[in-house]
Amino acid sequence: MMFDPQVIIEKLPEIGSGLFVTLWLWIAGVLGGVVAGFIVATARRFGGKIVNAVLGTIVEVLRGTPFLIQIFLLYYGGPFVGLMLDPIPCGLIGLTVYSAAYYSEVFRAGYASVPVGHVEAAACLGMTRFQTISRIQVPEMALIVLPPAINLAVILLKESAVLSIITVPELTATVSAIGSQQYAFLEAIFVLAIVYWIIVELTDRLGRMAENRLSRLRFSKA
Amino acid sequence: MTPKLFTLLLEAALSTLGISLVSIAIGFVIAMLLSAALLSRKSIYILPARLFISFFRGVPLLVQLLLIYTLLPVIGINVPGIVAAIVGLSLCTAAYQAENLRGGFASVPRGLIEAADVAGFTGVHTFIRIRAPIALRLTFPALVNEAIMILKSSSLVSVVGIIEITKMAQDLASSTYQPIPIFASAALIYFVINSAIALLGRYAERSLKGASA
Repeated sequence: MMFDPQVIIEKLPEIGSGLFVTLWLWIAGVLGGVVAGFIVATARRFGGKIVNAVLGTIVEVLRGTPFLIQIFLLYYGGPFVGLMLDPIPCGLIGLTVYSAAYYSEVFRAGYASVPVGHVEAAACLGMTRFQTISRIQVPEMALIVLPPAINLAVILLKESAVLSIITVPELTATVSAIGSQQYAFLEAIFVLAIVYWIIVELTDRLGRMAENRLSRLRFSKA
Repeated sequence: MTPKLFTLLLEAALSTLGISLVSIAIGFVIAMLLSAALLSRKSIYILPARLFISFFRGVPLLVQLLLIYTLLPVIGINVPGIVAAIVGLSLCTAAYQAENLRGGFASVPRGLIEAADVAGFTGVHTFIRIRAPIALRLTFPALVNEAIMILKSSSLVSVVGIIEITKMAQDLASSTYQPIPIFASAALIYFVINSAIALLGRYAERSLKGASA
């Protein structure tokens, strides 16, 4: 078997559209997960024992089971409870819910990292809870949650490849389909690996840059 | 969901457990070799180790599995699917474990290494007797987490046709047409195994702490 890059070059437009689906699913999943995760973490912190226990259990189950099983449950099980989803919306919902569970843990650690004294001081100054969260707790935890948040984003990009199994037309699905049509499976998978590798490395670098920037910010203000 | 179906899933769980355990063990050995390479201060060892870690952490496991599955026969190695699956999982977890261990190796006190040097330990000896045990103890919680990740990731080997929990659940769901109870049971089994690993990990962590005090 010869390694023939021609096959891949001819199919670049198709690979591009697969890459586009992967990228937007990833970004939407991460953003949705950050927002939902923050809401879950906040509800767990201020919503009382019962809310904390219920949300905590859901988060643990989502974190303790494979993403693939969750996707199967949603995609194949959904229609039995009246939830008919096309692959893309199903993938988007699955990715968002999965990432929300992980991001909620990141924010939970973030809340725990803010010194109690700061929160008490805010209360003494007459700040409402909303003001305390938005002006004290969120800015203070931002630096601490950034590295794990970016790590998690990288993990989610790689997790999104799993969506190819329920025929979401993202990068992995597109490229392996090209591979089997053209009998060039090795070339296709090879390209696939390289593309993911580049995106992951870039995200990692960007994250480290953002971290350096933010830590300078903190030192200059301290 | 009959007891019989559940039993089938439980039997498949043994396969999941076996694949995961073997992969974690092989991965650990490779991770130690990678760590030794990274600590060697020789760029002919450091660079390949870095490249290995970066690649296997940068590419989705599903893609790695597909790559190994197609690459092995092309380069003339014909092995059963399960071996390819274990190779894929082992290489992936090795990269992650090495990355976890890196932090541990970095925080081994220099004085201990110097002391070992003065006491006449060779480099290999110092690595095995001093650096590795301390790094291992420091990064133990991360390694337990990695074991849980691999157990979950092993669901992906279903894609290359290995019968484990996920593949079994898929087959049962399509033959009985009851996806919800079957996938929910599969999820439950994964969850129970992972909770047990986490619990054991915390227990081991506590006894390790006792040992170091």
